[in-house]
Amino acid sequence: MASFDDLIRENKRNTVLLCVLVTLLLCALASVIALVVVGVPETSGYARHSTSPYDSTGAAPPPLTHTLTVAVLAALAVAAVMIAFSYYGGAATVLAISRAREIRKSDDPQLFNVVEEMTIAGNLPMPRIFVIDDTAMNAFATGRDPRHAAVAITEGLRRRLSRDELQAVMAHELAHVRNYDIRLAMFVAVLVGLIVILADVFARYMWWGGSSRRRSNRGGGGAIQLIVLVLALVLMILAPLFAKLIQLALSRQREYLADATAAGMTRHPEALASALAKLEADPEVLEAANRGTAHLYIVNPFKPHERRFSASGLFRTHPEIKDRISRLMTIARGGV
Amino acid sequence: MVWMVLGVLVVVAVLVVLYLIVAYNGLVRLRNAAQEAWAQIDVQLKRRYDLIPNLVETVKGYASHEKDTLERVVKARQAGISASTVEDQAAAENMISGALRQLFALSEAYPDLKANQNFLSLQEELSSTENKIGFARQYYNDQVRAMNTRVEMFPTNIIAGLFGFKRMGFFELEDGAAREAPKVSF
Repeated sequence: MASFDDLIRENKRNTVLLCVLVTLLLCALASVIALVVVGVPETSGYARHSTSPYDSTGAAPPPLTHTLTVAVLAALAVAAVMIAFSYYGGAATVLAISRAREIRKSDDPQLFNVVEEMTIAGNLPMPRIFVIDDTAMNAFATGRDPRHAAVAITEGLRRRLSRDELQAVMAHELAHVRNYDIRLAMFVAVLVGLIVILADVFARYMWWGGSSRRRSNRGGGGAIQLIVLVLALVLMILAPLFAKLIQLALSRQREYLADATAAGMTRHPEALASALAKLEADPEVLEAANRGTAHLYIVNPFKPHERRFSASGLFRTHPEIKDRISRLMTIARGGV
Repeated sequence: MVWMVLGVLVVVAVLVVLYLIVAYNGLVRLRNAAQEAWAQIDVQLKRRYDLIPNLVETVKGYASHEKDTLERVVKARQAGISASTVEDQAAAENMISGALRQLFALSEAYPDLKANQNFLSLQEELSSTENKIGFARQYYNDQVRAMNTRVEMFPTNIIAGLFGFKRMGFFELEDGAAREAPKVSF
């Protein structure tokens, strides 16, 4: 059991690390945006405005330190709001994006029974259960901790699995719940989504707007303006890439671990293997999934897209299903 | 010199008392965990006792001449309800599981019964309850094993003896029967 505790600690630590990284990234972005919008004082400006920075020319930008302080404070405020929103509203957001609707026991007694059996096996509280009205086959879990967890399954997967296979899939999802994978994955989905939106807004601003001050500026500050512009471009490119990399780091190893945990919970690894085989055979794309939530699912929701790029293996959010099945069969034969 | 000896004695006494407190609390924690685990099994056992009369009534309407099997189920349920020790309970539960399995096997011969919505939902509830008993039992036995080890090992066995902590009984089920939902092959 010590290894699970380690895993949980690691996930909690990585969640904090992610929040710190996002905060730093926001501070950097805000500083760049502020410099572009407000403008950078000319190098001689310091001496000129040191006594009274605002009166002599009227249009002269405030000192660098003022601009940066305001920008960083604003970024910290935005980061605090984003992190609080992710923690308390993340699960609801992810479920809403995925168009999942909550069901009660009377809607699907077998699904409820299967989940309850697995909560007993894993000594977990009962999660809320959601169904996604889509014929594609997929499932995911989300929430900030096991007490506030939710599992979701598509109508298509629900209908095509046997009881044992359904149990295995739910065990896989509850393994993510128990390991606190859901907390980290939820933060990634929401924070990364928000950062991509912010970078997008900024990119549009750079393209269509830009500051009048920057345009009217000539000579003097030109070199610094250019550096700022380049920095802004780099950040704009880096932000989504950074987002993508975190998502990738998240998914792969975690899927193997959740598979192994699920096999331990059901004591029936073959059931998960056959469920995965069914999932792989499904050619349908899940419309309700997007790039921000893809890593949450048990298998990649954009299959044709994934296959096109799978040659490199680098930009896949999930390990190859064949690989997962063969690992499960090793467990079934009594291996580790 | 006398003060030093007294000092050492006081320190030793404090350490012994501290150890007693920690060991005692550890035993209490283990016993509570095992009792909680048992409560989980108990919930499922009660659920099964509640479901069985419904099942018997439903089956009676379609297969009234399977009296023997139905009686076996009812008797096993009675034995389960009146069991007083964990071991007796386990034996009775094995009887219930066996009788139910037989009943569900017989139901295969009655297409009308198999099509009855009430019967199907009872079958799902009962096999799920059986699974839940199996999974809860695994957890309970893990807790009991931890408790019993502590009760028997030196020096905690002395504290266990002093404060009346006893070995707890395992909840044993027939091998494999607990996990598998009733499956029928002819």
